[in-house]
Amino acid sequence: MKVNIERHWSRTSTLMWVMMILWAFFSFFIHMFVDTLNTIKILGFPLGYYMAAQGSLIAFVVMLFIFSWKQESIDREEGVAEE
Amino acid sequence: MSSKTTIGGSSFLDNLGKIYMLYTGGFFGFVAILAVLEQMGVPNKWIGYGFVFLTIAVYALIGVLSRTQEVGEYYVAGRTVPSFYNGMATGADWMSGASFVGMAGTLMLLGYDGLAFVLGWTGGYVLVAVLIAPFLRKFGAFTVPDFFSERYGGHFARFLAVLVLISCSFTYVVAQIYATGLIASRFLDMDFTVAVYVGLVGILLCSMLGGMKAVTWTQVAQYIVLIVAYLLPVIILSAKKYGIPVPQLTYGQAIADITALEQSMVAKGLADAKTLKPHIKPFTTYDPLNFFALIFCLMVGTASLPHILMRYFTTPTIREARSSVAWSLFFIFLLYFTAPAYAAFSKLEVFTLIDKGTKLADLPAWMYTYGKIGLVKVCGVDVKAAQDVIAACGKIANHPGVLRWQDLNINTDTIVLSTPEIAGMPYVIAGLVAAGGLAAALSTADGLLLAISNALSHDIYYKMIDPDAPTSRRLIVSRIFLVLVAIAAAYTASTKPADILSMVAWAFSLAAAGIFPALVLGVWWKRANTPGAVLGMILGFATCAYYLVGTRYFAVSFHEMWSWLGTASPAATAKFAELKAAWVAAAPGAAKDAAWLALDKHAQTIASWWGVRNISAALFGLPVGFLTIFIVSLLTPAPSKAVQDMVDATRLPSGDLIMKDKAGMTQVH
Repeated sequence: MKVNIERHWSRTSTLMWVMMILWAFFSFFIHMFVDTLNTIKILGFPLGYYMAAQGSLIAFVVMLFIFSWKQESIDREEGVAEE
Repeated sequence: MSSKTTIGGSSFLDNLGKIYMLYTGGFFGFVAILAVLEQMGVPNKWIGYGFVFLTIAVYALIGVLSRTQEVGEYYVAGRTVPSFYNGMATGADWMSGASFVGMAGTLMLLGYDGLAFVLGWTGGYVLVAVLIAPFLRKFGAFTVPDFFSERYGGHFARFLAVLVLISCSFTYVVAQIYATGLIASRFLDMDFTVAVYVGLVGILLCSMLGGMKAVTWTQVAQYIVLIVAYLLPVIILSAKKYGIPVPQLTYGQAIADITALEQSMVAKGLADAKTLKPHIKPFTTYDPLNFFALIFCLMVGTASLPHILMRYFTTPTIREARSSVAWSLFFIFLLYFTAPAYAAFSKLEVFTLIDKGTKLADLPAWMYTYGKIGLVKVCGVDVKAAQDVIAACGKIANHPGVLRWQDLNINTDTIVLSTPEIAGMPYVIAGLVAAGGLAAALSTADGLLLAISNALSHDIYYKMIDPDAPTSRRLIVSRIFLVLVAIAAAYTASTKPADILSMVAWAFSLAAAGIFPALVLGVWWKRANTPGAVLGMILGFATCAYYLVGTRYFAVSFHEMWSWLGTASPAATAKFAELKAAWVAAAPGAAKDAAWLALDKHAQTIASWWGVRNISAALFGLPVGFLTIFIVSLLTPAPSKAVQDMVDATRLPSGDLIMKDKAGMTQVH
C-alpha cells in the first residue's frame, strides 16, 4: 500500500477541525438560542431544554463513533494503519 | 507472571463477555435473594449491610485475583484492555460519588442552569478522543508526566506535570473517600470515621496488589453495579407513573406538569415568584457568560485530568484507544442523560405536594427519613418532629401553616437516595442505590489514588531518583506510595474538611490550565519547545490558582486591587465600603473579627474579573497558558530535529511505541 504521511496528517487535521467545529456547535452555539428553541415542544420537552439535557449529549456520542470510524479509514487509506 | 487462567490472563481476556454477563446475572440474583429476604422479614439494616459488604468483597476479590509482579501490568494493565471494557472502566473512573448521588439534586434545584454540568462532564470526551488520547497511546507512556518529560526535554517539565497532577487529584480523592463515609454512615448508621476506614480498606484491596490491572477489572464490575443502581429505580418509577419504562422520554410530560404547577403555586401564594427558578428557564443562577464558561472549563478539565487520560494507555491498539473514548462517553452518557429525569420526577413530586396545600403536620414520611439525618429542612429546622417544624414556621410572619416552596430546603444528595422510598419501592432498591453510590465513589477513588501514587513512584522515584531500580523494587515502592497516599487521603477525609471538599470543583480548572495547553500543543504544534511549555505551564497554572485562591481566601484585597475589572453593582460597592469602614472602626477583639467575617463574606460575592465565577478560573489560565507557549516558543530556538521527528512519529498510528521501558514491557500492536 502506498504510504503518504503528509496527506495522512493533513486529512487527520481536517477531521480534527471538523470535529472541533461540531463540538463548539453542540457545546455552546446551539444553547445560545435556548429561549427561541424553548417555544418548540417535542413530547412535552421544550426543545432548548432538551438540547442541553439530551440532544447535545447524543450528538457527542454519535460524533465520537463516527470520528473513530473515519480516522480509521484515513489511517488505512494512507497506509499508516496499525497492522 | 500471570498464568492463563487468572484475571488478566489470556483465557480471561478471551471470555470477558461471558465472565461479566455471569457477574451481572449473579448481581441480579443477589438483588433478588435480598428482596426475598426482605419479604421474609429480615430487617432493613441487614439488607443494607448485605449490599455494602458483599459488593465490596467482590471488588476486593477481583483486586486480589488480579495481583501482578509485572511493571507493565501494574502501570498500564499490560495494554490488553479491549475498548468496550475500557469504556466501562473509564465510566466508573469518571463518575464520582457526587455525580451519582448529587447531580440529580443539583439539576432539580438549578433547573436549566444545572445542565452546564451535564454538558461539561460529557463534551470533554470529544477533546480527549480527537486531540489527545490516540497520541498519548502511541507515545507508550506509563503516566501523563512521562509525555511531558519526553516531549519537553527532561525532569523539570515532568516535575511540573506531577505537581499539577497532585494538586488537582488529591482534593478530589479526599472527596471520594468522604462520599464513601457519608453513604455508608447514612445507610448503615455506621460511625462516619469507621465508614471512611472501611472504604479505605476496600480501595486498597482493589488497587494495591494489581495496580492498573486490578483497578481496571474492578472498575468494570463497579460500573455494572452503579449503572444498574442508577437506572433501575427511575425506570420502575417511569413505568408506574406513565406506563413506559423509559424515563428519558417520559419526563417531558413531567416537565410540562412542573411548569403548570409553578404558575399555580405562585398564584396560590405557595411559592415566591422572585425566588422560584422556573425549571426550564435559562440563566436564573448563572448569567450566560458564567454558564458557557463553566461548560468550557469542565470540558477542558475533563480532557486534562490524568486519572482519565491514563485509562487510554491500557488499550491494545491506538485504534482501540479512539473507539474506547467513544464507548466511555456512551457509558457515561447513560447516567448523565438520566439524571435530569430523576430531577424532574422528584420536583414534580414535591411541587404536587406543595400545590395541594399540605399541612405542616402532614409532611410525608420520606421527609422525616431524610430530615433525621439533616438532609431535609423546613423553615430552617431539620424535619424530625412535626411540632418543631410548626413552631419554626410559626415564627415567620404571615405563614399560612401549609408547606411552601420557600420553606423547604432539600440537600442535593436527597434526590437519588430518596427516590425509591418516594415511589414506594421496597427497601432492597434503596440498598441497591447505596451500593451504586459506593461503587461510584470507590471506583473514582481507585483511579485517582493510582494516578497520584504512580506519579510519585514512577515519575519522581524511578525516573528522577533511582533510574536503575530493579522491577521488584519499583513495584514495592509503588505499593508503599499507594498505601501512604490512601491513608493520607482517608485521614484528611475523616476530619470532614469543609475547605478541601469545596475545592474539588477547582480540580477541573487547575488541571485544564496546568496541563491542557502544553499537552495539546505538544502533539499539534511541532514548534512548541521546552522554554515555552515550561513557562506556559507555570503561568497558566499560577494565573488559575491566583484567581481561585484570591477570590476565595483573599477576597477583600483581591476586590480592592481589581475592582476596576470587576462587575460589582454600585450598591454592592457601597456596601463593601460601608462594611470596610465598620471593620476599621470596630473595637479589637470579637467585634473586629465579626466585622471582618461580614466584610470578607460580602467581598467573596463581588471579587472577580468580569464577573467570572471562581469555578471557571481556567477561563483565564488557559489563554495565558496558550499565549505563553506560543510567544516564548517563537522567541526561542525550535525544538531539536530528534524531538520534531518524535512528534511526527507520535502522529502516525503505525510503527513502534515512542517510549520503551527497560523492564521489558512487551509491545503490543
